[in-house]
Amino acid sequence: MSLLTITDLRKYFPTYTTKLVRSQGAPVKAVDGLSLSLNAGETLGLVGESGCGKSTAGRTILRLLEPTSGTIEFEGRDVTKVKGEDLRKLRREMQMVFQDPYGSLNPRHPVGAIIAAPFEIQGVTPTGGVKKAVQELMERVGLNPEHYNRYPHEFSGGQRQRIGVARAVALKPKLVVCDEPVSALDVSIQAQVINLLEDIQKEQNLAYVFIAHDLSVVRHISDRVMVMYLGRTMEVADRIGLYERPMHPYTQALMSAVPVPEPRRDRERILLVGDLPSPQNPPSGCVFRTRCPYVQERCAAEVPLPVELEPGHIVACHFPAIRNVI
Amino acid sequence: MFWFTLRRLVSVVAMVFLITATTFALFYASPIDPARYTCGKNCTPTILEGNRKALGYDKPVLVQYTNFIGGLFVGRDFPDNDELKAQHPEQIVHCPAPCLGYSPSQHRTINEMVGEAWPISLSIALGAFILWMVVGVGGGIVAALNKGKWQDRTIVGSALVGFSLPTFFVGLVLLTFPAIKWGLVPIPNYVPFGTSPVKWAQNLILPWITLAFFFAASYVRLTRAYMIETMSEDYIRTANAKGVAKWAVIFRHGLRAVLTPIVTAAGLDLGGLLGGAIITESVFSMHGLGYLAVHSVTTMDLPTIVALVMIVSTFIVLANMVVDIAYGFIDPRVKLS
Amino acid sequence: MSPFLRVNNLKVHFPTDDGVVRAVDGLTFDLEKGKTLGIVGESGSGKSVTSLAIMGLHRGSRAKLSGEVLLDDQDLLEISDEELRGLRGRKMAMIFQDPLSAMHPYYTIGQQLTEAIQVHEKVAKKVARTKVIDMLGRVGIPNPNKRIDQYPHEFSGGMRQRAMIAMALINDPELLIADEPTTALDVTVQAQILDLMRDLQSEFGSAIIMITHDLGVVAEIADDVLVMYGGKCIEYAEVDSAFHQPDHPYTWGLLTSMPRLDRLKQDRLLPIAGNPPSLINLPPGCAFHPRCAFREFAPCACDEIVPDLLESYPKHDSRCHIPVAKRADLFANVIAPRL
Repeated sequence: MSLLTITDLRKYFPTYTTKLVRSQGAPVKAVDGLSLSLNAGETLGLVGESGCGKSTAGRTILRLLEPTSGTIEFEGRDVTKVKGEDLRKLRREMQMVFQDPYGSLNPRHPVGAIIAAPFEIQGVTPTGGVKKAVQELMERVGLNPEHYNRYPHEFSGGQRQRIGVARAVALKPKLVVCDEPVSALDVSIQAQVINLLEDIQKEQNLAYVFIAHDLSVVRHISDRVMVMYLGRTMEVADRIGLYERPMHPYTQALMSAVPVPEPRRDRERILLVGDLPSPQNPPSGCVFRTRCPYVQERCAAEVPLPVELEPGHIVACHFPAIRNVI
Repeated sequence: MFWFTLRRLVSVVAMVFLITATTFALFYASPIDPARYTCGKNCTPTILEGNRKALGYDKPVLVQYTNFIGGLFVGRDFPDNDELKAQHPEQIVHCPAPCLGYSPSQHRTINEMVGEAWPISLSIALGAFILWMVVGVGGGIVAALNKGKWQDRTIVGSALVGFSLPTFFVGLVLLTFPAIKWGLVPIPNYVPFGTSPVKWAQNLILPWITLAFFFAASYVRLTRAYMIETMSEDYIRTANAKGVAKWAVIFRHGLRAVLTPIVTAAGLDLGGLLGGAIITESVFSMHGLGYLAVHSVTTMDLPTIVALVMIVSTFIVLANMVVDIAYGFIDPRVKLS
Repeated sequence: MSPFLRVNNLKVHFPTDDGVVRAVDGLTFDLEKGKTLGIVGESGSGKSVTSLAIMGLHRGSRAKLSGEVLLDDQDLLEISDEELRGLRGRKMAMIFQDPLSAMHPYYTIGQQLTEAIQVHEKVAKKVARTKVIDMLGRVGIPNPNKRIDQYPHEFSGGMRQRAMIAMALINDPELLIADEPTTALDVTVQAQILDLMRDLQSEFGSAIIMITHDLGVVAEIADDVLVMYGGKCIEYAEVDSAFHQPDHPYTWGLLTSMPRLDRLKQDRLLPIAGNPPSLINLPPGCAFHPRCAFREFAPCACDEIVPDLLESYPKHDSRCHIPVAKRADLFANVIAPRL
């Protein structure tokens, strides 16, 4: 049984134009039909550029934002609409690691309090007491437990991110959404945090939804990868399938754009033209068609539905073709 | 822009009505009989009753309010008695639209009183405004550019003093020394601009300085803080990287950005001041709107109080609207919605 | 013929209440016209400070600069403010990381680009406008005659960066310094911008200094690579040599800790232990030694003596106590299999 099943999730943000009275404008379709399933201990990488809706998707999955429509099933239970006490209990199982190590920690709370907060909020008293549990967590993530009373500004970016991880896994959740957890860190520190996330995942059999724009990092850590564009899914595949046999032009464009540390490589570069369309007014048919180098008439007329072209490899394109661009 | 202005105008009108209605209700709820002050020592209950009827104070509050609002649009007569109008027209006082009411203790229409008082307040406010903006913003810029050095410390120190001294103290000191003891300027007595611009300015110098003292201090600190923040912005670094001359960077790039919040704050301050600077006017015995307000409170001249509340609140609400619209012009990132 | 840009023993020190921050501590490099130097480093390495020092943007701040920065044999550290302003935006130009905050929000793109022209040359408004529209077109902004009157916030991120590049190149500078120009951009936009920069370089023949933390970007665009750590250069080589025969434990650490798109997954990333150093309290001796996994192979004390920058291979310098032969050995046997 899969841990998390999302079906046709949509998140629209209403906009308003006001003349004499306020009226509703075209909504911003941040997430426009997302479906995925995730098993325990698995990592799903959610990749895309800015405006693709991946961060919004992550938050909506955790009910930090209310879905406009669609269903979220967690451990077989429909949790799309749970409220109050039920929602609070749900949060024990589903947590988040945020992108900004500077903004996501309250600068006025000492680190010990930050990591202890989940215990207090959920009313859980671990054996040996909260403080002991917190210090164990700190050690686990590679922090000195004696720094229990220090404040966030006394830590480096990488260390703060570790605090965030400790906080997220304090209550041993089953699912952690990592929203660009290493993007704001130096390269040499990124690897430390990535390794930490992997280790904790193995220990606690955690499932991750790993949101990032860095294709290399996603390739490294994910079991399966989903490529998003303008709120929709372009391609989903397991790690090897996606990177060795990408079939969607957008995936190919993304991969061909990533610079690799190998000088003078002759690569087929797929350059996209134009700008990202507005999510308030997505193009008809395939949303990617305005920038696709292989666009044809059918793409404007019909929305391409996700089709499983190989086992476990789903593509939403009318003219998919494997092009190896790395 | 258009819709924004329209919407704001609607809310301005609504707000002003709400404020006047509230004031009116408080006026009605007060235990003081408004007719009491219509005559002096020789009041008999009959005269009081007569006056009460003539001024309409015996009617229910809603009717009084309606009459007041109506008077704003078409004018009113006091007393509003058709018989008397026909027989003794000379006893009727006509108050043209917008009629703000009739002051029983002054025996004049409030329009007249405001008409006399307002130019004084306007003169004081405008002059002080120009003075404090030049001194305040200028001082703030100098302080910011010389951060940490003696110019900065002196200016900020003076600002602190200016900020801390109460207006009446400054006013009295200025009145006592430069005017009375040293005779540098004439003892302030309002001379209308039309009569003699020079004398007008001479008499207003001390009130201007008094009022500007406080505000300049505030604007020095404001400008200095914004300026320091702005000069560390990335686009200043870009301007330098382009080779833009030092002064152009400070003024065309730095100050331009700082002016936005400064101008909006200034607009609001000026709007409030147009309703009269109570303390300054009292210290220098200039009979502007502030003085009028104090006077009407001490004499329980409730109709005047109501009218002044309405005027002042209108100024403030309008100033807010103007400032919001201006912001949309100054900062292209702002979408008025 | 001496190279177009010569930096000799550049030092940028900031006196603070807590001590002296040695942001750049003796940097030496050359750059020829038409070539690109990639300066690589993480936060606190001193790479951005270096670029600002070359442009003379530390003047007026508390920074103490020493050494030489010779642009066409003219020492930029010695010339007057007037002369320096004359050079900035004309002979040398700079583009910054965040184009939204780097451009004035209250002036249109056209006004800002026109200013870039007018500061150095009095031209008629119409002439300037034509030049601006032309330049906007050349950097790939569609509809330049409409967009010239738009404000920076009305542009998308990639377009804004193109506009900033246009602003920097509009006076045909001979040196372009790009400080992390693509870090804030999406990867597809980054590819476009890097392409644009390469094209413009071949067209204008300018020298480019590209500052970045992304080794992939360096490999793509640079001819020479300079790796900075703790305010010092620790490796300086031609790009092929730098990537095929990296010669410093820090560079190895950077390469092995990066997940790579073009390789099958490594089992585990090899991060560099520890944190980047504080520039006030640099470790004694080699600044990297607390994090170095190969100290045991150095014959002398890494924690006492600062290694010199020595040539280990032709046109390949590095700063390390471990003997060159030993490093080659370590690279071949320990590092390369991991890459």
